[in-house]
Amino acid sequence: MRTLKDGQKHPISFTLNGEEVDAYAEPRTLLCDFLRHEIGASGTHVACEHGVCGACTVLVEGKAVRSCLMLAAQAEGATVETIESLSNTDDEFDDLQAAFHEHFALQCGFCTPGFLMTLTMLKRTGRRYSEAEIRDALSGNICRCTGYKEIVDAALTVLGPDSLAAE
Amino acid sequence: MKPAPFSLLIPDTIDEAVSALAEYGDAARVIAGGQSLMAMMNMRLAEPDYLIDIARINELKRIEVTPKGVSVGAAVTQSALASHAEAMAKVPLIAEALTHVGHVQTRNRGTVCGSLCHADPSAELPLLLCLLEGTVTLRSTQGERTLSAESFQTGMLSTAKRADEIVVSAFFPAAPKNARTGFHEIARRHGDFAIVALACIVEERSVRFAVGGVGDTPLAVNWPNLDPASLDEKLNALAWRLGGYDDIHASARYRRELIRRAGATLIRETML
Ligand SMILES: Cc1cc2nc3c(=O)[nH]c(=O)nc-3n(C[C@@H](O)[C@H](O)[C@H](O)COP(=O)(O)OP(=O)(O)OC[C@H]3O[C@@H](n4cnc5c(N)ncnc54)[C@H](O)[C@@H]3O)c2cc1C
Ligand code: FES
Ligand code: FES
Repeated sequence: MRTLKDGQKHPISFTLNGEEVDAYAEPRTLLCDFLRHEIGASGTHVACEHGVCGACTVLVEGKAVRSCLMLAAQAEGATVETIESLSNTDDEFDDLQAAFHEHFALQCGFCTPGFLMTLTMLKRTGRRYSEAEIRDALSGNICRCTGYKEIVDAALTVLGPDSLAAE
Repeated sequence: MKPAPFSLLIPDTIDEAVSALAEYGDAARVIAGGQSLMAMMNMRLAEPDYLIDIARINELKRIEVTPKGVSVGAAVTQSALASHAEAMAKVPLIAEALTHVGHVQTRNRGTVCGSLCHADPSAELPLLLCLLEGTVTLRSTQGERTLSAESFQTGMLSTAKRADEIVVSAFFPAAPKNARTGFHEIARRHGDFAIVALACIVEERSVRFAVGGVGDTPLAVNWPNLDPASLDEKLNALAWRLGGYDDIHASARYRRELIRRAGATLIRETML
């Protein structure tokens, strides 16, 4: 049994956006804070800290999860992906980001990384989604600025039924 | 806020987990998916000195489908169960209810047994366990015991689980072969906790009906050989008996009305 003592920093390693991370964390350090403060991956946003808003959503083993409800130590050995993984090395937007840009799907942008990570999980399945399915998947992400129409429109152009995606 | 300091124990086996619980007693808490406990710790509503993370215990990741129903290990996430086709075909009510348990992002970590242990009165899985007359199996260093849904779920956020026990699995029996089942939930927003959640099993004119979100625990009633003409009266009596309360989400009166109206619709549609 592994024991991580309180108040002490313990080694932790996982794969973040394709690269190995070796760092130290206290047992109480949340994954979101670890990413932001220890790794400097500050694209993951933290708001409610109780799982309700979705701003902190990241992918762990390809699945969208709340990084505010996970301990950094629980990511040991896992594959973690954050918003920083989306744009390529030339700093070009990926298709979901581009669709958000085109459809005015953000104002302040605080919620956007969470929305994009949830949608990235859907995109990986390779199948198309109805508007109702997209709205359902996004119901765990709260935006305080734009309303959801533009966000859903942007998502539909990438993930929606073939007719829409072809436009 | 951030959680208060604690030591994190990561056992590889159930035996290690229960020994740790026996050693640290009330100062320790089990964490499974963390979707309720981490939120409580972030808000300092819970400040355990020791956290025992059972999510990596392979023995607890089992889903077993038998002719009688589905047994779910304590490290099985809600998403893992939802995507287990055979299990969902055996107990289709679970598939239906799971889409209402939080959001896909919380189901990806939240466990089935964790929801039962948390025992929120408006949670969907405790309601199903009650309706289906399921059981929960607990283990401590002293051995194992299995409790019925009714004896496990003792009140609001409370269960018959002792501080030295972990839940190792829960069993959801399949409804009888010729029975039809129904589930309906009224919430402010899809994925939010239910204001009222309703589920039923109907076999010809025999009805078993369960209500969550109104009393401190889910409650199920049996109406053998129900005369449809008496349904409204029965629902009205049940609505009063449940003793609903006013809270920020809804008034007691509104809850009673939901039981009467949504209950009648659900049962009539399932009987069809
Ligand atoms: C935004 C949001 C919305 C939600 N909406 C809903 C909803 O609509 N319906 C709903 O039902 N739930 C909802 N939940 C809660 C649900 O997601 C949790 O999954 C569930 O309540 C707890 O499961 P868990 O595995 O995360 O348990 P944890 O949070 O890890 O633990 C919960 C409690 O159970 C104990 N525990 C857990 N597993 C065991 C075990 N095997 N043995 C002994 N003790 C154990 C813990 O010590 C703790 O006290 C929501 C959560 C969030 C964040
Ligand atoms: S900060 Fe994690 S869900 Fe709001
Ligand atoms: S764009 Fe401001 S919160 Fe969503």
